[in-house]
Amino acid sequence: MPRFHHALTALTLAFAAILPAHAADLRIGLAADVSSLDPHFVNIAPNIALSSHLFESLTSIDPNGKLQPGLATSWKAVDPTTWEFKLRRGVKFHDGSELTADDVIFSLDRPATLTNSPGPFTSYTKPIVAKQVVDRYTVRLKTATPYGPLPLDVNSIFIVSKKAAQNATPEDFNSGKALIGTGPFKFASFKRGEAIELVRNPQYWGEKPAWDKVTFRILTSDAPRLAALLAGDVDAIENVPTADIARLKANPKFVLAQRASWRTLFWQLDQWRDNSPYVTDKAGKPLARNPLKDVRVRQAISKAINRDALVERTLEGLAIPAGNIVSPGILGNAKALKPEAYDPEGAKKLLAAAGYPDGFALTLHGPNNRYINDEQVVQTVAQLLTRVGIQARVETLPLSAYFGKARAGDYSVALLGWGSLAGDFALRSLVGTPNPDTGWGSWNWGRYSNPKVDQLVAASLASVEPQEREKLAEQAATQALKDYAVIPLYHQYASWGLKKGIKFTPRVDEFSFAWQFKPE
Amino acid sequence: MSGFMIRRLIQALLVLLTMSALVFVAVFAIGDPLALLVDPQADQHDIARVRRGLGLDQPWWVQYARFLGALVHGDLGRSFVHGEPAIRLVLERMPATLELAVAALLIALLVGVPLGLWVGLQPRSWSARLIDALSLLGFSLPTFWVGMMFIMLFGVWLGWLPTGGRGETTLWLGIPLSIGSLDGWRHLLLPALTLALFKCSLLLRLTASATREALRQDYVRFARARGLHPARIVFVHVFKNILIPIVTVSGLEFGSLIAFAVVTETVFAWPGMGKLLIEAIGQLDRPVVVAYLLVTVTLFVTINLAVDLLYALLDPRVRLRSRS
Repeated sequence: MPRFHHALTALTLAFAAILPAHAADLRIGLAADVSSLDPHFVNIAPNIALSSHLFESLTSIDPNGKLQPGLATSWKAVDPTTWEFKLRRGVKFHDGSELTADDVIFSLDRPATLTNSPGPFTSYTKPIVAKQVVDRYTVRLKTATPYGPLPLDVNSIFIVSKKAAQNATPEDFNSGKALIGTGPFKFASFKRGEAIELVRNPQYWGEKPAWDKVTFRILTSDAPRLAALLAGDVDAIENVPTADIARLKANPKFVLAQRASWRTLFWQLDQWRDNSPYVTDKAGKPLARNPLKDVRVRQAISKAINRDALVERTLEGLAIPAGNIVSPGILGNAKALKPEAYDPEGAKKLLAAAGYPDGFALTLHGPNNRYINDEQVVQTVAQLLTRVGIQARVETLPLSAYFGKARAGDYSVALLGWGSLAGDFALRSLVGTPNPDTGWGSWNWGRYSNPKVDQLVAASLASVEPQEREKLAEQAATQALKDYAVIPLYHQYASWGLKKGIKFTPRVDEFSFAWQFKPE
Repeated sequence: MSGFMIRRLIQALLVLLTMSALVFVAVFAIGDPLALLVDPQADQHDIARVRRGLGLDQPWWVQYARFLGALVHGDLGRSFVHGEPAIRLVLERMPATLELAVAALLIALLVGVPLGLWVGLQPRSWSARLIDALSLLGFSLPTFWVGMMFIMLFGVWLGWLPTGGRGETTLWLGIPLSIGSLDGWRHLLLPALTLALFKCSLLLRLTASATREALRQDYVRFARARGLHPARIVFVHVFKNILIPIVTVSGLEFGSLIAFAVVTETVFAWPGMGKLLIEAIGQLDRPVVVAYLLVTVTLFVTINLAVDLLYALLDPRVRLRSRS
């Protein structure tokens, strides 16, 4: 018996020795391809997600969207147009060299030098008109006018090692040669369109990740991604296909992680043309004026939409009704703005008061491969509008065709989803008066324009006091939504599927970072 | 012979030129790649600068002329999304697709031809009838469905094989291939079977009907009358004659295997050219779409040429001449 006991102990010890090494590997199935490993090449979510493992920024964002220290331990506005950042001391790059102010300045300069980037990061570096190294661990960034969101802007710029990235080509990044950051993981291998492997950075200054090795598998199609999870080929997947969420929930071998994300869906309504291309009377003849210009009509449309039913049935519970443009918990979300109550009778009355007792006809446009059940959402809203007398047709397109046309102003009523970490940012792009010289209203498809809103947004952006900025951003949102500048529908959920035994903290910005996963 | 080759070459160049122009206009017409790629917070000036930087501010014919100008120097442009030369991206993915297509063709030939021969020789046996019925099924089942069923059965339910991806690759003459390792084979098997299913049924039915046809020919009757061993009749005389249609069809179908691989690659997350194409179309990454099609068309033309040459080798009656 003792011998047997010894053998068992030996066996247990042997397993104990093997298990941690095995258990410390994590395989994640990603829903979108990483197009380049150069952290400054193109500003798209899958690339940012991957770069965040290798590189860090001056500031960081916590899972709830709040700004936190990153490579900078603190920052303050020393005067209204100068932000000073104190760097964390003793931070080592993957090649062992120390992070200094020179690397920071180099990294902030670099996006503007990449001329063939289709989606440059320059929108975040542009407000900075001068950069100054105060000492080895202090940098000052000057802006032309007072600018509050700078600490958030620099979160988008990854700090690279000047030594490694100087003169590096995109090819040098993709081979790993120039991939020298300070992040919690180091580069191991990149098989384009297939997999990316990272290993733990033992010198990381912050909390060490639980995994020795992380493999990201690129599984862009829904069914194969889910199959990989079910078969145990990966430990976790992002973006669980909507149709399979119930099935995964019922399976005891897996866990579903969900939260309302930053993505808010809303309608943009043409408020600039007297004759909107897709608005007619019920016989299809043009109207004398554009009814969407009348705030009563926009309110009627909002009241005609049953958001609770939309969320419960069409979206299978994967959203929460929205009365705001940014999600709850994000700067600029005004708690007083509640989702519009479903009120078809009120909608009819408003239409009659606006001079359309018999309603009119319009076409709703939307994408059909971008948001959760997007095509069905457009159809449901069309049915709801038809009930109050607005005869609504539906036209949905693939995203690649949709966005270009929508941005060119081809539609009368169009669906858009927007994720933002600051309300004033979102308002500037979505409801600010379009102006190529200031960059305002670049996604304001309906060309809503209200000087009062513009002023409030400008004041919010210019405020370097966080509390004051928050208040102004909320006021701006309240003003714009009182005018029904856009009609908010709901905040979408993000879903992850996990093998049992792995814990996960979902993030509001939908990113799947390896350190959010922890063994249980 | 050389006249035939020159004619083929000119034809190929014309096809390539037409293809590239069509694709250029088509992608141009679908939408604006910048509307998808440019950072949402970019202002109109930024967008205009990026547009100029990529040459997308010009009308399509100017862009096309520039593309042709660069093409003369062997430059197919850089991918908008990846920032690397488009042709390199395509060539990087080509071994995976070719390996899959070759594996599928081999499976189709090794399974389809012997079974077809059997069905042709013994059409009335119950086994032949069963095989015949199964081949009909192979014809009519859609590839993506078969692929998903394979994944669910062998990957998820039985857990014998991986659900997707390419697995371990080893370098052969600098080309990464799956067939060098057990892990690679395990990954290759399901997608290759899925892709082979349709072609297998096709070759089976083709072989069966060609065999039935050949058996009725005079030379078979005379061979029988002479008392030749049945095996010799089948494997020397009949087989040689049915080889001609099989080679032709296999060659043509190899091209379509590469094209159909798009679906299989998507279902199995196989990192080949087809998956690259699908993603490039979704992102309106025109340089990659054009490069993929030029490479594929070149492959098709080469395969067709090879089939013609093989045909002449197998059948002494065929002469390669340019008809006037």
